Amino acid sequence: MKEYFDLIISDYTLRTITLGTAVLGAVCGMLGSFAVLRKQSLLGDAISHAALPGIALAFLWTGTKDGHVLLIGALISGLLGTFWIRGIISKTHLKSDTALGLILSIFFGFGMLLLTFIQKMPNANQAGLDKYLFGQAATLVESDVWLMSVIAGLCLLVLILFWKEFKIMLFDPDFTKTIGFNTKVIDILITSFIVLAIVLGLQTVGVVLMSAMLLAPAAAARQWTNRLGVMVLLAAIFGSLSGIVGTAVSAYQNNLSTGPVIVIIASVFVLISFIFSPNRGLLFRQLRFARNRRDLHMHKTLAFMYQIASTHQNISHPHAIKILNKFQGFTRGTLKKLEDKDFVILEGNEWRLTQEGFNVAANLYNQQKKPNE
Amino acid sequence: MSSSQIEIQLIASLVAVACAIPGVFLVLRKMAMISDAISHAILPGIVVGFFITENLNSPLLIVLAAVTGIITVILVETIQKTGLVKEDTAIGLVFPALFSIGVLMIAKNANDVHLDVDAVLLGELAFAPFDRWMVDGTDLGPRALWIISIIFIITLGLLLSFYKELKLSTFDKGLAASLGFSPVVIHYGLMTVSSVTTVGAFDAVGAILVVALMIAPAAASYLLTDDLKRMLWLSTMFGVISAIGGYWVAHWLDASIAGSITTFLGLIFLGVYLFAPKRGAIAVWYREKQQKTEVSLLTFLLHLKNHTEQAERHINHLQEHINWQKVRAKTVLDLALKNNMITIENGLVTLTQKGEAFTSKAIDYIITNKDAQIEDMKEDFFLFRG
Repeated sequence: MKEYFDLIISDYTLRTITLGTAVLGAVCGMLGSFAVLRKQSLLGDAISHAALPGIALAFLWTGTKDGHVLLIGALISGLLGTFWIRGIISKTHLKSDTALGLILSIFFGFGMLLLTFIQKMPNANQAGLDKYLFGQAATLVESDVWLMSVIAGLCLLVLILFWKEFKIMLFDPDFTKTIGFNTKVIDILITSFIVLAIVLGLQTVGVVLMSAMLLAPAAAARQWTNRLGVMVLLAAIFGSLSGIVGTAVSAYQNNLSTGPVIVIIASVFVLISFIFSPNRGLLFRQLRFARNRRDLHMHKTLAFMYQIASTHQNISHPHAIKILNKFQGFTRGTLKKLEDKDFVILEGNEWRLTQEGFNVAANLYNQQKKPNE
Repeated sequence: MSSSQIEIQLIASLVAVACAIPGVFLVLRKMAMISDAISHAILPGIVVGFFITENLNSPLLIVLAAVTGIITVILVETIQKTGLVKEDTAIGLVFPALFSIGVLMIAKNANDVHLDVDAVLLGELAFAPFDRWMVDGTDLGPRALWIISIIFIITLGLLLSFYKELKLSTFDKGLAASLGFSPVVIHYGLMTVSSVTTVGAFDAVGAILVVALMIAPAAASYLLTDDLKRMLWLSTMFGVISAIGGYWVAHWLDASIAGSITTFLGLIFLGVYLFAPKRGAIAVWYREKQQKTEVSLLTFLLHLKNHTEQAERHINHLQEHINWQKVRAKTVLDLALKNNMITIENGLVTLTQKGEAFTSKAIDYIITNKDAQIEDMKEDFFLFRG
């Protein structure tokens, strides 16, 4: 562990990649929260594919492989794709999934056409354009990390400035409109930032995995809290942790590309959150269900006993346990539990209702009867 | 045309048709993104198949990939059923994870063998004719042609035999269930067909083109018709046209055939999106604009009906009273004049009898919201057509 930290400080490449993926993860986590809450989870997938023709066209036009020029191309074509998706959803009866799939595949296909066209061109220094398809964290340089950090800072600033607006738009868009906020501007702002984050991530994790970078940290964070601020913060932390851990794992092992490892780490975060988060998690939910079921069985048994006991003058008249067999709510466990609560007294193969048990059962019975009265 | 050119076009057309059929149902069932998820998530299936058989052409790869596709669908549904995240998030979580596993498996174990992520994902139709199916030295044609033909015939057979069930369960799940055919069986049947088609097709043309071929023709035809049968025919047609058109564009540019076919599909969709007679963007834009004018017309006529004073009806006061811009006021006046609803004398606007009748009817409609009164108005006014 210590060696690794030393390595991060001494090794330029490793430090750059670790920082880069951490910042990227944080930005994606922050913005992804909004995408997830606005039910635009797959927008990331569509935009990352839609950026490809922009990269190719930027190269064709300028002839340089300068990362920032290609980035601008990607940004423009990503935005174009996003707004066309909007257009399809608002102007036609096609649903959002169709619009997303359509733009994703068409733009990407067009990008492929351009890329293969470029590859056939004589005297072009086109090699390396396809690293945008699958991503190569190793190509990150310090200036990339700076760019990412600046954008992350900008993004943070905008989030803080327009926090109220973002929040209200997420949870009550109609209300936002009625109180006179210009939702369109806010909407375009957040969408543009999402597109920007995706375009930034393309080089690192590639087209296919970019959507997971945007989604997974947010989906994981969502499980732990119901507060937007906490969720955004948690998502940013999960995102950058995925980046750092993913880079570390892929650095330790040969032949493991960083992008997929980061995605898998992020997926692990999701899995853990799905299972272990205290309020929404599957594990605790199952436990709650089990406890409710047990309580229900116990109450059913008690109610049944009450019916039998109330036909006798002495409520503590002993009855054979066998009588309960006709009835499904009874298990050894429930009997034991009833005894622990001093509702019944067990003697050999017989049970007797105590006064307390009788009272509780009567109350239970009343509650059950109430709606029919 | 050489024989390999014909073969390529044949394969591309068959792939297009085989994809268009399940694609129509995916689009109608709002599950279009599932095809994207499947096309990426099958990677680990292919890799495992490759490790077992050491042969990229083994049918086991297709079987395992198709199984992985179905597993993807089941996983997405399982996650969705927990209620922890929405459906689209579930899709977005599952397929990148599976894809990553596939990529890492390749990176870890298959570095020295010929299995490339880009080869699997991108596909190259131009090479399809070189991979021939030989039995005892006899050449039976390209392998891809066989695979896709078989898939196409099975898809067609299933479509013809379960057309009724598919149609019903797509448009009315509840009715389908109450009539006794299980929507779940149909759902997984459709998912299996989509998965198998995706695998079979992407072997030849690559993952992204499969998604385009499934969604784009269906989306374009959905803008043109509501009739399921016609939609299926139109999608098939769009698919074949772009397969052949795309091939020749690629031939001319010397570029990727799959990319070119997708671009062709994109152009077809763009054309339909803009120019479709009823649902195209231009038609919708025109209608919205027209409706806006008509709403203004109605407001204007109601204003006239409510105000008999001369001052209120003077043409120069209109802008002031209803607060319209000049251009719109003029459009509305023109429209009202054209329809003989008003007369203008000495700058005074007066409702004609027709205008009076129209206004009363419109008020009636607004109050009761019953269509009967305005049947005859639907002809002339977008506003009342809903």
